[in-house]
Amino acid sequence: MELRTLTYLVVGASFALYIGIAIWSRATNTGDFYVAGKHVHPLANGMATAADWMSAASFISMAGLIAFLGYDGSVYLMGWTGGYVLLALLLAPYLRKFGKFTVPEFIGERYDSRAARIVAVICLIVISFTYVAGQMRGVGIVFSRFLEVPIGLGLLFGMGIVFVYAVLGGMKGVTYTQIAQYCVLIFAYTVPAVFIALQITGSPIPQIAFGSTIQGDSIYFLQKLDQVVTALGFTAYTSGTKSTIDIFCITTALMIGTAGLPHVIVRFFTVPKVRDARYSAGWALFFIGLLYLTAPVVGSMARLNLTETIQIGTVGAETGNLAYEDRPDWFRTWEATGLLEFDDKNEDGRIQYYNDQNPEFATRAQAFGWDGNELRVDPDIMVLANPEIASLPQWVIALVAAGGIAAALSTAAGLLLVISAAVSHDLLKGILMPHISERRELLAGRISAGVAIVIAGLLGYYPPAFVAQVVAFAFGLAAASLFPPILLGIFYKRINKEGAIAGMVVGLVFTYSYIEYFKGLFLRWAGSPWSENVAENWLMGISPEGIGTIGVLLNFAVAITVSHMTAEPSAKAQELVEYIRYPR
Amino acid sequence: MTEHHSTKHLYWRANLRLVAGCLAVWFTVSFGFGIFLADFLNQFQFFGFELGFWFAQQGSILCFIGLIFFYAWRMNHLDREHNLDED
Repeated sequence: MELRTLTYLVVGASFALYIGIAIWSRATNTGDFYVAGKHVHPLANGMATAADWMSAASFISMAGLIAFLGYDGSVYLMGWTGGYVLLALLLAPYLRKFGKFTVPEFIGERYDSRAARIVAVICLIVISFTYVAGQMRGVGIVFSRFLEVPIGLGLLFGMGIVFVYAVLGGMKGVTYTQIAQYCVLIFAYTVPAVFIALQITGSPIPQIAFGSTIQGDSIYFLQKLDQVVTALGFTAYTSGTKSTIDIFCITTALMIGTAGLPHVIVRFFTVPKVRDARYSAGWALFFIGLLYLTAPVVGSMARLNLTETIQIGTVGAETGNLAYEDRPDWFRTWEATGLLEFDDKNEDGRIQYYNDQNPEFATRAQAFGWDGNELRVDPDIMVLANPEIASLPQWVIALVAAGGIAAALSTAAGLLLVISAAVSHDLLKGILMPHISERRELLAGRISAGVAIVIAGLLGYYPPAFVAQVVAFAFGLAAASLFPPILLGIFYKRINKEGAIAGMVVGLVFTYSYIEYFKGLFLRWAGSPWSENVAENWLMGISPEGIGTIGVLLNFAVAITVSHMTAEPSAKAQELVEYIRYPR
Repeated sequence: MTEHHSTKHLYWRANLRLVAGCLAVWFTVSFGFGIFLADFLNQFQFFGFELGFWFAQQGSILCFIGLIFFYAWRMNHLDREHNLDED
């Protein structure tokens, strides 16, 4: 069967499954809509949290990023998993005991302040919309490459599916579809990994293959990879180029940001008991770990396969490089998307792929008659192209397409739901219309979910150029704004509303401004950022990706100082702290 | 201070100790072994890995998973011990 037909079948079947689940699990009241009636088993919630959490960035982009970053890519692996330890130990059980529906609601009640609740809603909406735009781009990429439909049509389709199960089923529908989506995405991720691990090392378990010897050779896989890439002037795969302080700050910002992301926190509101919330976080990380322990293997093996596809013989030998006319089929198909580009700089009809930024190697390369690196590979394609590069069967390729869509849709639905809950529950019921009936609140929730989907679709269709980066920055913002007031609210009774609000505002404004200053996200000065984004200009050598760490520290410092200069929190707020600290 | 009050106090202290211990392990395996000590540990071979690299890309994640389950198990035990469990 032709690949396109097969992909249509596999993706179509997965969509039919999601819709079926949505109809089966309709929400009938606001409890169902916001927190799935608090009936979700901790293991099931762990699985749903994993799908909620693992976005198009995890599924499509991460292994590709690691493939080109090597050791430096560890920041994503540790950062995006270590946050769950913070979440499980410091936040999840207490927020479950609090027992209501949203993160801004907790902040509003803990600090006994509507202003704090509104600030939290603003932080939540900024974080969630930047994040959701990235998901929609992921859907667009998969649709345009595998289903060969225009991106706009693909987006409409994706939006339609999310609309059906998020608007109809609310959190209940989203939870059960996310469980199905987790199964699809983890299967789609591990199957090619197993095939490739077998091909390269002869061991079917990727994590073991990672530390095994190359098939038919006595050299370890990672040693071989180090040799192959250093021979072309790249940094050894197992060592990095980023400074230690920057690695530290990026990892910290990603960890704390993970723990502060509203769409993840809210998943722990859906389990029946406090003790379930604790175990559920463990299950979530277990299911996430299945992918995160596989991703570095996929990335490194893809790097080896790619490099050896291009560099077919001795470096510097005349026939050592692949001739452009002999390029494989996957090369042609990805060239068509513009995500893979070849530019024959020395006009020898062969592809040279090497590190021309390394002055020492660049001199040697000139002696070979090379005139600069000729291949540009977008890291986003590595996971999607991997099965083709390794010549795996077509059904595997179709499966990867369905997995990528599942990852993007599940995260998008989770994000859209927290946005709609913030609008209907926090703004409408909490502040503007406290006496609204439950039925009308549910309707408002559905309408705001619908509106949010349309906005997300538009962001996916007209992607701001910075989407991929902004997803990483959403973590810095979540870390610097929402994590400290929640943590302090539980563990430090003396924190009052003045401190919490001041901390959130300072953390958000500082982190946002620093990113804006170097990246020029929204406010470009004459078309370019305010300052060149290079290490010499950074504050203490910390890149914009890692600045959230400083934002967190500022938030804590300001919140504590201001609280001590102002009155003690109200008796009501102090009672709430006592209430959430003990399961009974 | 009533008896129930002091039980709660003890429970909270025990909880903070447990959290502090777990976070110390969390910090050691990731920031310690995976980042600050990575270069030092890389001189040791662990199967086909350099040890620091292995902690950064595999070991730390495995430890995180174990850590959360350990904490959940200990805390649920602590709840019952102080008669603060939910049923």
